[in-house]
Amino acid sequence: MRPAVPEVAVAVTSRKLRAGLVGWCLLFIGAGALAGVLPEDRADAMYHYYDGGGVQIDGPSLLMRKSVGQSFSFFGNYYEDSISSASIDVVTTASPYDETRTEYSLGFDYLRGDTTMSFAYGNSEEDDYEANTFNFGIAQDIFSGMTTVTLGYGKGNDTVMSNVDPDFEADMDRQSYRLGVSQVITRNMLASINYEVVTDEGFLNNPYRSVRYLDPTSGSGYSFQPERYPNTRTSNAVGVRSRYFLPYRAALHGGYRYFTDDWEIDAHNADVGYTQPIGPWTFEVGYRYYTQSAAEFFSDLFPYEDAQNFLARDKELSSFDSHTVQAGVSYDFIEGGWSFLEKGTLNVFYDHVWFSYDDFRDLRNNTGVIPGQEPTYEFEADILQLFVSFWF
Amino acid sequence: MKRLAVRLVFGAMVLVNFSACSVEPWVKPYERDRLADPIMNLNRDPVSTAYINHVHEAREGARGASGSAGGGCGCN
Repeated sequence: MRPAVPEVAVAVTSRKLRAGLVGWCLLFIGAGALAGVLPEDRADAMYHYYDGGGVQIDGPSLLMRKSVGQSFSFFGNYYEDSISSASIDVVTTASPYDETRTEYSLGFDYLRGDTTMSFAYGNSEEDDYEANTFNFGIAQDIFSGMTTVTLGYGKGNDTVMSNVDPDFEADMDRQSYRLGVSQVITRNMLASINYEVVTDEGFLNNPYRSVRYLDPTSGSGYSFQPERYPNTRTSNAVGVRSRYFLPYRAALHGGYRYFTDDWEIDAHNADVGYTQPIGPWTFEVGYRYYTQSAAEFFSDLFPYEDAQNFLARDKELSSFDSHTVQAGVSYDFIEGGWSFLEKGTLNVFYDHVWFSYDDFRDLRNNTGVIPGQEPTYEFEADILQLFVSFWF
Repeated sequence: MKRLAVRLVFGAMVLVNFSACSVEPWVKPYERDRLADPIMNLNRDPVSTAYINHVHEAREGARGASGSAGGGCGCN
């Protein structure tokens, strides 16, 4: 019998919690340009907090964006995740741990006529993971500004390391291709459609994670062995979004995304929301539903050791769904401007999420239960964002 | 995949070519005041959008096409 994953204080977060996605978040801050107009000059300082499933993550996100002349807008973002984890995976197969991930991103937009080009670079570091991401985007206004077409390309180079094995080092490369169209539908309605292909190549699993298999020689009836993923992954996603202006000055918005990949994960998510300004206040409420099927090589319990080529027991690759409700309020505390400031808002957003897994079982406190008969796992998460924003 | 990429680029070029024709906008620039309202912005607070997107993607198998790109309203 192969030994279970060593009992050390190691990171067993989803790797995707980590840096690999730095480039994707960049799209919301940089490299996701509007055409024909530069982004607004603004500064944001946020404190974010996540608490769910035995994991607490908090930290700051600081953004500064400033135009230079008529054609350039530069931005810089600093983001930090301070992680304290005693998640279900950690409790089951390793020991709780603390770690910090820091992320810097820099970029600029260049406006020329009805075209905006965007460049962004991001770096994310942890003890055992480093990611560097570059993104390029181009946006073109057409039909007298009624339509904006965007094309984007991203490339990421990650280095995966291990706190257990100092000699371990592996690479992962990611590329993304994006096409988007946003459209003025009526004087009250906007819509957009986005399509994105992402390809990964390299070491895609987590050096700490393990899968379980039936083992009659073990007291619990099962044992663990390291997970093993394919070295490539290609995914396709298409998303549509729309916003509608209500006659009494409020906005309704909704969106839907379909995702599919060659690991046989299919996912759908849909969201709706409502925005209501009242004087200097802006209130928001929203709801989001997410559901996915499992990867073809996922199993909560394999029948024996090395049961197949690829093995995963990552709950992010299992079949599950989640419901999220959000409420938020923004307060404009310098209405009409003050000195060089055009506007300043204080913002509080709260999200609550219910996760429910179909085939990922909770192995805690199950002495005497037949392997595979444990209750399925579920948990709830609280997410808080506090931030102040200035426009100048 | 290559064929798909070629089709996408071709589709984008066709769209851009249409812009050379004088297609009349059915919503005139002066009729876009409501679309220019901050509450109609598809990505009103970039730090918040980026953070929430990160929170979701870290816990989900799906990724991409979350849609901030091209959120313009053509208000300029």
